[in-house]
Amino acid sequence: MAKVPKPNELVIDHRLPGTGWMDTPVVFRPGNFSYPGKAKNLQAVGLPNPREWSPTDEDWKLPPNWKQIILEGLRERLDKYRSLRLFMDICVRCGACADKCHFYLGSGDPKNMPVLRAELLRSVYRKDFTLAGKIMGKMAGARKLTEDVIKEWFMYFFQCTECRRCSLFCPYGIDTAEITIIGRELLNLIGCNIDWVVGPVANCYNNGNHLGIQPHAFKDMIEFFVDEIEAVNGIRVEPTFNRKGAEILFVTPSGDVFADPGTYTLMGYLMLFHEIGLDYTWSTYASEGGNFGLFTSHEMMKRLNAKMYAEAKRLGVKYIIGGECGHMWRVINQYMDTMNGPADFLEVPVSPITGTRFDNAQSTKMIHIVEFTADLIKNGKLKLDPSRNDNLIMTYHDSCNTSRGMGFLEEPRYVLKNVVNNFYEMPPNTIREQTFCCGSGSGLNNDEFMEMRMRGGLPRANAVQYVHDKHGVNAMSCICAIDRAVLTASMNYWVPDVTIYGIHELVGNALVMEGEQERTTDLRGEPLPGMEDAENEDI
Amino acid sequence: MKIYDGKYILIGLLVFVGVITFPIWFNLGKAAPPPEPKLDTPVIMQMAQKQCVLPREEMRTGHMQILNDWRTQVVRNGKRMYVAADGKTYEMSLQNECMRCHSNKTQFCDQCHTYAGLKLDSTPYCWTCHVPPKETK
Amino acid sequence: MGIRFSLAAVVALVLAVFLGIKAAGLTYFFGVCVPYAAILAFVGGVVYKVLKWRRSPVPFRIATTAGQQKSLPWIKQDRLENPVTKKEVVGRMLLEVFLFRSLFRNTKFQMDQGPKLYYQWEKWLWLAGLLFHYAFFIILVRHLRFFTNSLPFFVEPLERLDGFLQVGLPGVYITDALFIVAVTYLFIRRIVIPQMRYMSLPADYFPLLLLLTIGVTGIMTRYFTKVDLLKVKQLAMSLVTFNPIVPEGIGVIFFIHLFLVSILLAYFPFSKLMHAGGVFLSPTRNQPNDSRIVRHINPWNYPVKVHTYAEYEDHFREKMVEAGLPVEKELPAEATTPQAGKE
Repeated sequence: MAKVPKPNELVIDHRLPGTGWMDTPVVFRPGNFSYPGKAKNLQAVGLPNPREWSPTDEDWKLPPNWKQIILEGLRERLDKYRSLRLFMDICVRCGACADKCHFYLGSGDPKNMPVLRAELLRSVYRKDFTLAGKIMGKMAGARKLTEDVIKEWFMYFFQCTECRRCSLFCPYGIDTAEITIIGRELLNLIGCNIDWVVGPVANCYNNGNHLGIQPHAFKDMIEFFVDEIEAVNGIRVEPTFNRKGAEILFVTPSGDVFADPGTYTLMGYLMLFHEIGLDYTWSTYASEGGNFGLFTSHEMMKRLNAKMYAEAKRLGVKYIIGGECGHMWRVINQYMDTMNGPADFLEVPVSPITGTRFDNAQSTKMIHIVEFTADLIKNGKLKLDPSRNDNLIMTYHDSCNTSRGMGFLEEPRYVLKNVVNNFYEMPPNTIREQTFCCGSGSGLNNDEFMEMRMRGGLPRANAVQYVHDKHGVNAMSCICAIDRAVLTASMNYWVPDVTIYGIHELVGNALVMEGEQERTTDLRGEPLPGMEDAENEDI
Repeated sequence: MKIYDGKYILIGLLVFVGVITFPIWFNLGKAAPPPEPKLDTPVIMQMAQKQCVLPREEMRTGHMQILNDWRTQVVRNGKRMYVAADGKTYEMSLQNECMRCHSNKTQFCDQCHTYAGLKLDSTPYCWTCHVPPKETK
Repeated sequence: MGIRFSLAAVVALVLAVFLGIKAAGLTYFFGVCVPYAAILAFVGGVVYKVLKWRRSPVPFRIATTAGQQKSLPWIKQDRLENPVTKKEVVGRMLLEVFLFRSLFRNTKFQMDQGPKLYYQWEKWLWLAGLLFHYAFFIILVRHLRFFTNSLPFFVEPLERLDGFLQVGLPGVYITDALFIVAVTYLFIRRIVIPQMRYMSLPADYFPLLLLLTIGVTGIMTRYFTKVDLLKVKQLAMSLVTFNPIVPEGIGVIFFIHLFLVSILLAYFPFSKLMHAGGVFLSPTRNQPNDSRIVRHINPWNYPVKVHTYAEYEDHFREKMVEAGLPVEKELPAEATTPQAGKE
């Protein structure tokens, strides 16, 4: 693995190469690409061309008819997706998207300008699917499909986090995420994928979640958090698993079961559900909210997502609540019902505590935990003591997917403002619908890609730095499991004084539970504000 | 062939074709004949050499400039006489000079201006100040 | 390279018509045949392209949401940036089509030592784009006076507004100036900003140069090498009434103007200029964000291979039972040991 240069040693140069982009070959070097998918993972889910290979190899061991596969795959997708056909035809290269990409800002590589990322595919489209391209060739912006083009695709479609920030600025709404998704889909047809995507996909498919946690272990891990909570406030919560007849199925990304700081958010869920006496169950089969299938192909997304409705049906629940996760909610909001619905065996979600009917989810029958909690707070059903979070000067990071793929902006802020007292927004160009990607979404959160991740994380980090300097912000919250992992690393690198929290961790901190012991620590075991001495006295 | 969102796109296309072909259906296939002013006013009939201040082609495309220059010369510079290329002098006056020969406004002004799609009372704005000579119809 | 190629193409086109008229006297060809062919290619091409787009379905609701979603009743939805109803979508599309809403968000980055990023005000592209399109539109409408017997009611007020400065003779139209300024800005921007130059293709310079030349020749026919309007109108009217005549004595500049317009029309459907039609069909803008409320139908949705719960339980039954997780099928009393051996 490559050594990542220190922040002050990182060279970010936006000057352009002397050669045109079509004549500038890609160079794979440690830190700018992710390791390819392992054969066993491809086999586990029946993806084509499993083999051992490396992007740095000269020969990528593509199938002999790879060109035909790609072109036919492209033709098929042009016929299936109006988005693709349109986005191939109508870009005017006005350049509005160019400097909106976190990877371009952080790397200076012109092929990370969304317009050129799309041109990588567009040039091939022109050559084989338009008259002008066939006749005029390069003059019409067309080029032949070669192995070098595939290598370029692999490099840049896996240097895009599908965050859709560029799409927001495009006068025609051209969505690079859509192009990247289909680009990756094409690459998958000839076995070019990255292991940090295929591995989780294979795990999720067979074991129920990305991390490959098996059912008994899943239960163990959650029960570990039950003990942790008891240690904090003396209350023993009682989660159930795969329980038929529960009112609600709860699904959250497995990352929160596995790694800090997501685990604290998970503890927050457990506490909240216990406090309001929610009749809910976990599932070990549908134990993954996230969906790395989205980063593979539409088909794989559907295959993985199918478990949620299937499990809800099997358990006979009324509806589903989903945890804090970004791309999970893009899938639920924009794909799930279309792909795996109709969920006519479920009921329109009604909060059993407040009686609020969630008409905005009347077809998917799945609501976001933050919507659910916001409604609880609004109706005064929770006893909250935000001063327990007074040691935190908080800001909030909007996830790309929930912002630009859903419009989930006010709900988290409402909850946040009820559980913390110190809250400052980052500059307007970097939040809400204009939010910057954490830098490692869409399956790029792997160690070997660290240098690019830190580059991609720069715009977000810069905005944090700004509020850190101005308001002394020392904590950032988010509603995305990938964010929690990624931002922890990128803050470590760029703004080391800032710690990452999930919203429901903060809820868990502030929640005054019935019958709790006097609390001296937060969920992380750190002393609560004003309790530092209480801890010290013991010593 | 399967189509999607057919209705909206079809309406859009119809509007597009309708707008593009606007001149065709607006005219209903009839073109007004181009005007051919008759040079038959009494004064012109009497002229031995039927010659304006400039050759005919130049007058066609440039008469507005001449008129504008004449107005400036007279009103702002107080000059009243114009010497043509052939040495002949003319009084720079729309009513006294131009309209002496071209005495018929309908014939010599309006006909072509209407054909060219100009609004008579505003462009050209000659007649916001000048009074056209009475015409016998 | 792209610039030179595009420039050469435009010069070649101008030269072709110049020689065609001056040397070969092909006035009928350039005055009648080419414009007819061009308009046919334009209308046919646009219809063909849009129908081609129409053949591809929109399988998913992928609206780019740019504001607060419709949520709990006490949270204010941003109806234009995150539409749910048809009406709201129409509102969003109107903003997009008439005011270039998305482009209005544009900013420009600057990076200082640190590294420190700044996002600066940058509305020039939006402004130039908007001015260009509106100026072009008004110029087109003004041209109707060549194509109609009696002037449609909206042309004259538009002309008067456009010429309200009453400067020069014939009166200067504001849109003429704006058109030239905006196109020039868009062209210069493409050359001067390094990133723009790097991403630009010949197909980006060519339409701009073509438009610029069309604008310049058009202005020339009006203000400088004047063209006989009555003859031009006679030609235009003869074309729209399908009784083509080319009157004698129309200046060559006019033919250059007409020919380049014809080229633009014919080029339109097969180029990026189709963004004009495409913007209406863009799935990220013209769809409501209502896919949790109403099920969107994907016409090619097909069954996929999934890992069923039964398969999952078969695989993990023993571990599940051991961990006290409920199962659908209990473990067979005998067969446990050999299966465990396999694991």
